[in-house]
Amino acid sequence: MPSDARPQELTYADVNRDVVRSLVETGSKYYITLACSIGVMLTCFFFPWFYQLYYGIGAAGVNHPSVWGTYLASFIFWIGLSHSGTLLSCVLHITNSEWRKAMYRSAEAMTLFSLCVAAMMVMVHVGRPWFIHWAVPYPNQMEMWPNFRSPLMFDVMAITTYLTGSTIFIYMGSIPDFAAVRDRTTGWRHHMYVVLSLGWRGTDLEWHRLRWAYTFLAVLIIPLAVSVHSIVSWDFALSIVPALHQTIFAPYFVVGAIYSGTAGIVTVMYFLRKYMNFEQYITKVHFDNLGKLLLVLSLIWTYINIVELFTGWYGGTSGEIEALRYRLFGYYAPLYWEMILFCAVAPLLMISKRFRTSFVPMLILSILINIGMYTERFLIVGTSLSRQYLPDAWGLYVPSLVELSIIVGSVAMFITLFLIFVKIFPSVSIYEVKETLPEPEPDTTTGEPEWQPTH
Amino acid sequence: MSFIDDFLASWREYREPGYYDGFDYHWTMSVDLDRCTGCGACITACQAENNIPIVGEDAIARGREMQWIRIEKYWEGEFPDVKLRFIPMLCQHCDAAPCETVCPVSATYHNQDGLNAQVYNRCIGTRSCAVYCPYEVRYFNYNNHHWDAPLEQQLNPDVSVREKGVMEKCSFCIQRIRQAKDVAKDEGRRVQDGDVQPACVQTCPTEALVFGDQNDPDSRVSQTMNDERAYHVLEELNTAPSVVYLRKVETDAV
Repeated sequence: MPSDARPQELTYADVNRDVVRSLVETGSKYYITLACSIGVMLTCFFFPWFYQLYYGIGAAGVNHPSVWGTYLASFIFWIGLSHSGTLLSCVLHITNSEWRKAMYRSAEAMTLFSLCVAAMMVMVHVGRPWFIHWAVPYPNQMEMWPNFRSPLMFDVMAITTYLTGSTIFIYMGSIPDFAAVRDRTTGWRHHMYVVLSLGWRGTDLEWHRLRWAYTFLAVLIIPLAVSVHSIVSWDFALSIVPALHQTIFAPYFVVGAIYSGTAGIVTVMYFLRKYMNFEQYITKVHFDNLGKLLLVLSLIWTYINIVELFTGWYGGTSGEIEALRYRLFGYYAPLYWEMILFCAVAPLLMISKRFRTSFVPMLILSILINIGMYTERFLIVGTSLSRQYLPDAWGLYVPSLVELSIIVGSVAMFITLFLIFVKIFPSVSIYEVKETLPEPEPDTTTGEPEWQPTH
Repeated sequence: MSFIDDFLASWREYREPGYYDGFDYHWTMSVDLDRCTGCGACITACQAENNIPIVGEDAIARGREMQWIRIEKYWEGEFPDVKLRFIPMLCQHCDAAPCETVCPVSATYHNQDGLNAQVYNRCIGTRSCAVYCPYEVRYFNYNNHHWDAPLEQQLNPDVSVREKGVMEKCSFCIQRIRQAKDVAKDEGRRVQDGDVQPACVQTCPTEALVFGDQNDPDSRVSQTMNDERAYHVLEELNTAPSVVYLRKVETDAV
């Protein structure tokens, strides 16, 4: 890794000061943003959802052949967005990447919150969410287990495991930081961090155990993350619907997930850097590296898309051909070509280093990629279901206002959760950033002997 | 480890082909397309028998009609030489049903009569069964329905009225099958051919629909299954449907 990944001219004290400042100093801009996002969340997510609970799923635009709609597309989108955070952080941790250290905390938070929003989308999606707990295996008076053959059941298991794993991972990695913040705050914050830091003292034994457990979890989470989105893809691939019943779906979804997740990280990095004053920590190097990663992912994604079209065409059954024709040239064709433009063509700009290291173009591109990826999920659900085997049962699905509003509201929910997070968790890892800094000179002014750890 | 042995034995039995032949009954319907006139009496009968809601004009325009049995129409040729073909489409009660594997809460399952049963009370409304069904015969309750007076008086007390957020579909009039089995049990005999008919079969004026037990080799439906015109819709998907179609005889074939 290039050595200029490390923030220049920073000292240990600067890191402490900057990160603690991001937690305790809150300007009016923050409160206004938080109030806005909570307001949007309530009016655009919860209000329409309550209406839908009262009226029934008919509040959405779903109809007879297209019984799945944007709720499921949003679910895949949020699960996908969750993918890069923890997965990327784990991979980079194992490969000892220096540039990971300033950004991984917020990336992992992204994982956590997009998983929460995805879980909410499931609640919005099902017809009777008040019975959703039946999909969880627990001993009950009905003596009924869920259906273990169902890919939706696998989904429940995989997502719960991933959510638990990434929660433990982000929390464990934050313990030393909680302790550092605990020692520098007063009042209720101090009490909160006393509890959160679990009595961390920073002894060698504690550090040793933390390192070991952290690496262990990182190794555990990588296959878990890959399996989660494979399983999400099986919701579709295990059906016999033309254009969904494909073996490429698991890698297709995993790559798509990492792709949109990495783009999401770029977006979040930009705003953290801009509004939390982390200019010295999140630098061009991060954008450059993330840009390279995005470029590779976009090429893989394009390749898989071509393979998907090819296998459909090569399969040659009337159902597959019609599904392909409908996707490429049917009612939703403009969306398809928009997706190709945003996710396959536009990312080629990142071949240029100048593009990768300029912040605003990268921000715009990362948002475009995620719009394209949302479209991809929508097309997978929307076009395939409206063209199935029996032409008499073909249909057309158009999202309703309630659905569109809930999409907006779910973004606001994500932003709300993230805004709360940056005031509780140190959003840049204090101790890992310090590792990249030159060690400070021993303090000779006070004449106190240098502290030595006891073993 | 007798528990594991028992489990493995039952698992193997379940995996055996022809598992459903081991059951008492294997209810089957045959549809003779040469007799079917597309009159739609079966749709009406089904609507009355099974408390299927009248969804109204708006819902139909939005593609939310409820018909457990429907007549699919296919036009052939260009105007003036057009030909209309139609085929009644209802739940095929597949022995290898894709809908059964996907339901996370087992709200749809195969029962001991070879029927694909739907448990409304268990359904949580993921709608995945409707996606997995290649015949598109599963219908979802997008909202609560009501019956204007005096229509609520004609609701069938043997069939539940479904709530919003629940999937429903053709049950082969399971309430009638249950009744016939009860009577037969009291009289200490098997259900005879012709003892039970779903509403659509009962009402079909041309007797295009025949219903019976496939495990009984002498039943009318078993006879029709041996007809050389017999085929399954979308047979290549290997869903092993329990509805047999008899091809239309082409009298004007060139």
